[in-house]
Amino acid sequence: MKLELGYIPITNIEFAERSYVEGSTLYVSKEELSDVLLQDENISSVSFAIALPGDKTRITPVKDVIEPRVKVEGKGGMFPGVLSKVDIVGSGRTHVLKGAAVVTTGKIVGFQEGIIDMSGPGAEYTPFSKTCNLVLVITPKEGVVQHEHEHTVRMAGLRAAAYLGELARELEPETIETYEFLPLLESIERYPDLPRVGYVKMLQSQGLLHDTYVYGVDAKRTLPTLISPTEVMDGAIISGNCVSACDKNPTYVHQNNPIVHDLFKRHGKDLNFCAMIITNENVYLADKIRSSDRTAEICGYLKLDGVIISEEGFGNPDTDLMMNCRKISDKGIKTVVITDEYAGRDGSSQSLADADPSCDALVTGGNANEVITLPKMDKVIGTEAYVGIIAGGWDKNKAEDGTIQVELQAITGATSEVGFGYLSAR
Amino acid sequence: MSAFRIVHYINQFFGQIGGEEMAHIPPEYREGKVGPGLALEANFKGEAVIVGTVVCGDSYFNENMEEAKETILAMVEKAKPDLFIAGPAFNAGRYGVACGAMAAYVKEKLNIPVVTGMYIENPGADMYKTDIYIISTRNSAAGMRDAAKKMAALALKMLKNEKIGASSEEDYIPQGKRVNLFEKLRGSERAVNMLLQKLQGKPFTTEYPMPDFDRVPPNPPVADIQRAKIALVTSGGIVPKGNPDHIESSNASKYGRYDIHGVMNLTSDTYETAHGGYDPSYANADADRVVPLDVLRDFEMEGKIGSIYEYFFSTVGNGTAVKSAKAYAEDFSKELIKENVQAVILTST
Amino acid sequence: MVKEIERAGIPVVHICTITPISLTVGANRIVPAVAIPYPLGDPALSKDEEKQQRRKIVKTALKALSTEVSDQTVFDVE
Repeated sequence: MKLELGYIPITNIEFAERSYVEGSTLYVSKEELSDVLLQDENISSVSFAIALPGDKTRITPVKDVIEPRVKVEGKGGMFPGVLSKVDIVGSGRTHVLKGAAVVTTGKIVGFQEGIIDMSGPGAEYTPFSKTCNLVLVITPKEGVVQHEHEHTVRMAGLRAAAYLGELARELEPETIETYEFLPLLESIERYPDLPRVGYVKMLQSQGLLHDTYVYGVDAKRTLPTLISPTEVMDGAIISGNCVSACDKNPTYVHQNNPIVHDLFKRHGKDLNFCAMIITNENVYLADKIRSSDRTAEICGYLKLDGVIISEEGFGNPDTDLMMNCRKISDKGIKTVVITDEYAGRDGSSQSLADADPSCDALVTGGNANEVITLPKMDKVIGTEAYVGIIAGGWDKNKAEDGTIQVELQAITGATSEVGFGYLSAR
Repeated sequence: MSAFRIVHYINQFFGQIGGEEMAHIPPEYREGKVGPGLALEANFKGEAVIVGTVVCGDSYFNENMEEAKETILAMVEKAKPDLFIAGPAFNAGRYGVACGAMAAYVKEKLNIPVVTGMYIENPGADMYKTDIYIISTRNSAAGMRDAAKKMAALALKMLKNEKIGASSEEDYIPQGKRVNLFEKLRGSERAVNMLLQKLQGKPFTTEYPMPDFDRVPPNPPVADIQRAKIALVTSGGIVPKGNPDHIESSNASKYGRYDIHGVMNLTSDTYETAHGGYDPSYANADADRVVPLDVLRDFEMEGKIGSIYEYFFSTVGNGTAVKSAKAYAEDFSKELIKENVQAVILTST
Repeated sequence: MVKEIERAGIPVVHICTITPISLTVGANRIVPAVAIPYPLGDPALSKDEEKQQRRKIVKTALKALSTEVSDQTVFDVE
């Protein structure tokens, strides 16, 4: 599969009478976008706000972040199986409004939505303080239950991203990157002397607010499988989870998976990136065993030399991570895992819920329990009413002067386990 | 601003008195710098000076530790330093213990910053690494230049009240506490680099070494379960509806103790979960799915167990530090012992 | 928590879904549960069946508490 990503840089968003892109500014018509979103009968109202890098703005509670992209050549459309018809994506050309993002917020669904600060100390921890964000504040109708509410907000985010992406269809990209993912045998033929490297991407699949979808299928109902990394760039994987906000992959991070991009950078030079395997993290032990067995079998079947395994979440998924690591290592394959830590506020507690001696090469996204003080912001998009009950908050964590104390786990993307950020710990 | 004042501690060998045959000498105070102090001071670049040096025999210190500590403390205090440096001791065991013990003692008594340095396998490292900053050095004095540079750099940071970074940034021996830092490369790139090192058989350093899990031997079984008083405990976050104690949905800072006297089962009207790590709808619909009170009440009436302790204990196990959970259990276990509870059923989600 | 209760001298049984974590954490008497969101239940069953299943798990837990063990032991629910 060969995919060209054409980037149209966006450095500003403004509201306007109609939606279009001019220069590096994205103009958005609230009316047009409202019409698109209000097709969903579960939505009572939606309002929009813009948050730009450096603004004294806080967005909370954040559910998902999505990058506007559009498929301009090749099979399928954006978010196949969810918004577009089920069809294999990952080939042809896709245009990207690079630097823009859709952020969904609104009344809380559960305990777990996050915080994005556009400036100040919190901004250093979230990658989305650097994007120009169009924020959707979504209010569901009375009586919409939790599962429906989550689905409604998720779909609204995807629809808005697809709508904005569409504006890039006819634009001339400033830069084009080409990613080619060859069939295994061809790949080995072309790079016979390079180590065969795979990427095992674990998808959160634990239920409400903890789900991920692959071509529209709930990942908990899947067996591990091979996928081309270019398919993922075209929105084949979308996020239905945001708990805890620090180490869940928003859809944006799936679209821009940094492990995929960094493996491609070394591909053909130091390694042969020839396999991407997706697996899940279910709530039944039998599922954990079955999925990790299957993942290791695939790695062994492909005779990989090395594998990077990324976790999503923490706690019982640490067991999935350790099972994957041990079973893949047992095949004689070299492994590196990426995770994050819950070592207590002072850092002196046990970091992971599970451990295994095979896990001797670990990259960490940092200690999610570390406490940070966030200053009062001039503008809050969404509401701060929930900062005491989101994961990483606590009762009365907001002081009279408006400052908020939270653990890093409340900040969207702070301790990314696909290595999207720079945070680490020792 | 005048230069910071430092007192330096070294042993008889680095004090140029002699080797093992002079290890018995008691502590003595000398004005200014001696031996390794030269290398340290060169790295201070005028910002700090070594005003005095304590030289003490390694055997003397270790054989008369309490007395030596008091004597040396008095010498240090008199010089009114802003900071105390000991060693580096490299892999010299008794010297390492002396450096660690003395630095920890000065820090405790004089409340000034302290720095020492030693090789990771020096017994002094394990004994004192959680109390003080110990720069990780090579195993012999051949590493003096490097050690002096790092010790001096850390000392200056502490003197200027600058933020001390993670162990990998300052090169101190990890203190058993995880410290966050921003790396120069993003996580994915670090992972790719680590994998390439591993594939090529080259050295790599994991960012988190696997822990050793400690074990507690099992207690003898309950002799007569039909007469036993049993307590229910859960990490599944079951609380009375409305979460009266405001137990956090993640990394809980407390546990709840809830009266179940006369409660026959946990219904959706009266109980719910505060846990943020799993889909809460099933537990909210029927909390017996997490804390099996209904079944245990049946067993109580059927005479299969003696009785149920009248309180159950609950916390949220989601992202909750192991240390906190440990402290909660230590706490309520005292009550259980006092109330003569003979067994515990702990449920986790 | 399980280890601290044990350390306090009270025999304790850990009912949990992810028994590997329980083993890593150091529980000595372990009974496997159904699923993380409903360790002692199953919304797919009728109320009666669900309670029967819960009875079985708790019964196994009581058996575990009455059984002498020298090492970490997982008691499978019959």
